[in-house]
Amino acid sequence: MSAAHFSPGQRVRVKDARPERIARLHLRTPHYVRGRMGTVERMLGTFPNPEDIAFNRPAEPRALYHVLFDQPPVWNEGQAGDTLLIELFEHWLEEA
Amino acid sequence: MDPRPENVALLEKLVAALKARGIVTEEDISLRQTIAERANPETGARMVARAWVDPEWRAFLLRDGTAAAESMGVSMRGNPPLGVLEDTESVHHLVVCTLCSCYPRAIIGYPPHWYKSSAYRSRAVREPRAVLAEFGTVLPAGIQVRVVDSTADYRWMVLPMRPAGTEGWNEEQLTALVSRDHLVGVSLPNAAQKVSRAA
Repeated sequence: MSAAHFSPGQRVRVKDARPERIARLHLRTPHYVRGRMGTVERMLGTFPNPEDIAFNRPAEPRALYHVLFDQPPVWNEGQAGDTLLIELFEHWLEEA
Repeated sequence: MDPRPENVALLEKLVAALKARGIVTEEDISLRQTIAERANPETGARMVARAWVDPEWRAFLLRDGTAAAESMGVSMRGNPPLGVLEDTESVHHLVVCTLCSCYPRAIIGYPPHWYKSSAYRSRAVREPRAVLAEFGTVLPAGIQVRVVDSTADYRWMVLPMRPAGTEGWNEEQLTALVSRDHLVGVSLPNAAQKVSRAA
């Protein structure tokens, strides 16, 4: 099991990348949170990288986190205090 | 609705080919069928009711949903880990899978059609309160909505708050109040509303 790079409470940014525009890919990172700032809730465990599983390639275990986002900034609407909690893999997160 | 004969023929060919290559056996298929048929929202409802009456079991359920489900006789083999989202007096959870239709099938059964619809999947993350209102759900003032997008390797169920007016009720009575929709978070259990379950 690989050590977690991020800890609970840490601010992170989801990579603002659109790799699917360049090649055929399978991603588990929704578009609407790319480039957004969130807070790590906790690490959920390590799981084989789905981006490889989808193409039947050997899949390295990757750390998976629950990351919490304020909901209104993501959509420019909504009620203050509402949040989004999303499972994101470590290689999609960067220190904010 | 009966399946179309051409679809059945296609399925039979596929199964025969998988068996011929040693990828599946008849036993594998029967086992999966049994698990699928046994899975229904009453399992999740029993887990919720037990958490309402037994604080120790509630803590176990929140810590390790998979082990808690197995301790109630659910086979979690081959299923992703189960996470449990605890509603409180300040937060209500709503589960969606925007990318596909991830759903805790082992303890709720198959997802309803609306859960898989692009309307629910796109709107639940963007305007959750409007979606809740369409399900007739009015949250008490001061409750924040936390939308849980089931994007990867866990499957999530909501542990709702125990409804007012159920003081002294036993597990069986409480189980009868909990429906599939409560486990997804689109509505809230209510002491005056028993859930009708198909046999």
